[in-house]
Amino acid sequence: MSFFLHSKKSRRQMLRSMMGGGVVSLTLPFLDCFLNTNGTALASGAPIPTRFGTWYWGMGQTPGRAVKDKVATGPGIEFLEETESLIPHKDKLNYFGKFNMPLDGRSNYTHFSGWVANRTGTAPEAGGNIPAPTLDLLIADEIGKGTRFRTLDVSSVGMARQNYSARNTFNRAAAEIDPVALFDRIYGPEFADPNKADFKPDPDVRMRKSVLSAFTEETKDYMKSLGAVDKQRMDQYFTSIREIENQLALQLTKPEPNLACVVPTRPGELGPDEVVRVREIDSVIETHKVMTKILAMAVACNQTNVFNMVFTDSFANVRRVGETYTHHLLTHEEAIDADRGYQPLTYSFNKASMDGMASFIDIIDSIPEGDGTLLDNCLIFASSETNYARLHTIDGVPVYLIGGAGGRMKQGMYVAGGGDPITRVGLTAMQIMGVPVQNWGTKSLETSKTISEIVV
Amino acid sequence: MLISKMKINIGQIACVAAAIFALTACGESEPQTSGAPPDMRRLTSEQYRNVIHDVFGEHVEIASRFDPLVRTDGLFAVGASKAIITPSGFEKFYNIARSVARQAVDKDNRAVLIPCAPADALRANEACSRQFFTEVGRHLYRRPLTESEMETAVSAANEVADQLNDFYSGIEFGLTGLLVTPSFLFIIDETEPDSSSLSGLRLTGHAKASRLSFLLWNSAPDDMLLEAAETGALHTDNGIERQVERMVRSPFLARGVRAFFEDFLDLEKFENLEKDTTIYPAYTINTAESAKEQMLRTIVDHTVNQDAPYPEIFTTRKTFIDSHLGRVYRVPVARPDGGWEPYEFPEDDVRAGILTQMGFLSLFSHPGRSSATLRGKAVRELLLCQKVPDPPGDIDFSLFNDPNAPSRTARDRLTAHATVPSCAGCHKLTDPIGLGFEQFDGIGQFRVAEQGAIIDVAGDLDGNQFADAKSLAQAMHDSPSVPACLTNQLYSYAAGRAPERDEREFVRYLEDGFSDSGYSLKSLLRDIATSDAFYAVSEPKRVDDGVVRAASFNDKTKQELGS
Repeated sequence: MSFFLHSKKSRRQMLRSMMGGGVVSLTLPFLDCFLNTNGTALASGAPIPTRFGTWYWGMGQTPGRAVKDKVATGPGIEFLEETESLIPHKDKLNYFGKFNMPLDGRSNYTHFSGWVANRTGTAPEAGGNIPAPTLDLLIADEIGKGTRFRTLDVSSVGMARQNYSARNTFNRAAAEIDPVALFDRIYGPEFADPNKADFKPDPDVRMRKSVLSAFTEETKDYMKSLGAVDKQRMDQYFTSIREIENQLALQLTKPEPNLACVVPTRPGELGPDEVVRVREIDSVIETHKVMTKILAMAVACNQTNVFNMVFTDSFANVRRVGETYTHHLLTHEEAIDADRGYQPLTYSFNKASMDGMASFIDIIDSIPEGDGTLLDNCLIFASSETNYARLHTIDGVPVYLIGGAGGRMKQGMYVAGGGDPITRVGLTAMQIMGVPVQNWGTKSLETSKTISEIVV
Repeated sequence: MLISKMKINIGQIACVAAAIFALTACGESEPQTSGAPPDMRRLTSEQYRNVIHDVFGEHVEIASRFDPLVRTDGLFAVGASKAIITPSGFEKFYNIARSVARQAVDKDNRAVLIPCAPADALRANEACSRQFFTEVGRHLYRRPLTESEMETAVSAANEVADQLNDFYSGIEFGLTGLLVTPSFLFIIDETEPDSSSLSGLRLTGHAKASRLSFLLWNSAPDDMLLEAAETGALHTDNGIERQVERMVRSPFLARGVRAFFEDFLDLEKFENLEKDTTIYPAYTINTAESAKEQMLRTIVDHTVNQDAPYPEIFTTRKTFIDSHLGRVYRVPVARPDGGWEPYEFPEDDVRAGILTQMGFLSLFSHPGRSSATLRGKAVRELLLCQKVPDPPGDIDFSLFNDPNAPSRTARDRLTAHATVPSCAGCHKLTDPIGLGFEQFDGIGQFRVAEQGAIIDVAGDLDGNQFADAKSLAQAMHDSPSVPACLTNQLYSYAAGRAPERDEREFVRYLEDGFSDSGYSLKSLLRDIATSDAFYAVSEPKRVDDGVVRAASFNDKTKQELGS
């Protein structure tokens, strides 16, 4: 029986996708018994998906204290004191040094141009301008279909707007900043636990999907009658609806068992008198760990193939209790210690960022998957917006590619840029992730040079 | 349900006196403008809440966050005209819609919110569904549902009711569907042919009603305004004037004015406000909420209730305080229960006007210290509409990092910036103003010294000398840029875009009227809301592929009119 049987509407508008139709297949799970003998693919022959993520921190690094410069590309990264927490992961990541970020005469909008150019391949024309899609979304267009969320965007610094993922200036999703809300969004009633023995599709879900489809068809007709609404904005609206329809369709399909998927504990809610100092650095570190655990398991549970995590925002509004200066203010106003040769308080924040990155890697790497870990099947693009924040330099902005990318990327390499545009890193990442792109970027940031040294 | 509550007896409205339309009375005619292409604006989170509360009642909870808008040309209202609904943004709207619909049909609410009761609640009831969607749909879409839209809603409700054996589930599902359509989420400028306009187009009566209502009440039109749209009254000067006068006199005007100032003053920043409580023990989340509320209460009372001159918001000693603010201002509060009470700072007090209130002073400061630069920049950009250039990206900060420099006050520290050419251009715009507020710390507590040094707060605002924050406030009061800025931004807010090139003369005309009215905000709102410019639409823009980019011409209407 179909919905709206008595309706005068055309069959096209009759809930096409309901009642047994339009089943959307889940990406397959990773239970060992479904894997091939070498653990890199499922018994069906379908490979374990490679996931893509980004990790962001503000304010770059301390010159001469992070990673030792090299003149040639090769194995072995020499981590210095600021990045020493990354040493245990030295064989699971690549570092890219001495790449440039030419802006072709456009202004360096401080703490903004750097991340925009790095992630979109185009220098912004004005502060706030995002001229092209960020690479995570280009990758999501390729690998993000068929999961519940096209991307998951998370921030541990409590600023929803500060999400460095966007299609353009006005098409920028907000980051999830509340651990409890993040947990509920992923593991709430809509989550189908793949390891539960029984699965019974909720009839409400089927009807919700049908009703939504009916209204969507109606809306399309109405918008046509207007004849002239903003096409691009409406196209995005309908794309967004399809994402929800996809989510609903997935809820009607029994997920296959997945031993890697273990639902994490729901974070505790704050009591009425409890206050979290959201942007106090120790609080950020703790929130980051909690949210990373939730996020990483969402990836392992096949809820998304693309994720973005912001550790601290590009203006690094983080601080320590009792200090009048934020990380950002310190980069500009803290004097260089004559003995040590750097800004000590600023350094401590920079080091905290690298410690945060190490904890992020730890958590991803702690989830078994196939014959390795989730990290082996991830490619994580970690970057900041500046190199030396004190001077707002963007040439030499630090970038790491982390994870095994499903065996498609060599690791443990120092890649010497020699002044090449930083977009070579993004281009290579997209190619590894299977995006059919030959060249990327505009003007002096345009490149077609893959970093072949890291590609398997 | 406010649908009926908002019906205001026409008899309560006095005859609209022509004299209130000051510009017409003065004989100055409105400059002709051609408007801008029709557009579509996403509801702001506050507009969404207001519409839902107006239709379903204040008790309906909307707990989730919405995707933020992008502040454009100094206003979120302008960013709303460019807003795109992202997948995660739609997910939020969808979940909120489900929650609202669930609450609307809740056993405790249905008798009030659903205008009929089915004979058998276990089955579909087409008549009752149709009645519900007719009434509710008209308010949510700000126009009657088309027959096709009605069929979709009613059919969905009936089918779900039959499937789940529950009439109210059907209503819930159908209502969820309505709440995620563009016709609800966007304020769409629908147009119809009009041979008398330059573009050959005019907004439909319903589109005019929405413009009016979201400007003056920050919500959807009420029954009377919709009726005026349906009778064609909004296509007549008299019809517009009657509605505008009714709406300006309504208590809902306060809500509209509040929404404008929240946007104009960028008070959304309060969402991310954080202070170090070891440095500022008087600061709590409740204090921050009170600080924002104080600013808005002061402004609304001054401009709406008192209809006092706008520039006096910078000098008025009258305000409202609660116990949280009493701690910051160090004044006794009669109501320790957290309630608000009127308060007037003594004549010899250091505070006067909104710029000396905690809201402004804490919002434009760092978490652990004040900021003369942020405060000065806020005054320039928000209140004087003067753009402060972005800082250059190649500053050598070593000039300011001398650990042996005797910098104890903000003025000491910022003097260095003002002497370096690459910094001076901007800091000379911001710091002389901001330093005038330095007797207030990062949450607005009064102080006379910083690190043992007496704070010097003298300065000048574009050549007008001031000795302290109060005389700076007087300089703001006297600045011609202050009302000019407000006029420009209020019109931008109303139109959802910056003024077009051919509207500059119109904006000056509004400024003149504002001045003639003694800077009455209500008068300025009347002038905008009754102007032709406010409703003017030009032809839709086209892009290379021939697709009309931004507009909405209603072909059905065109056919009906035989065009």
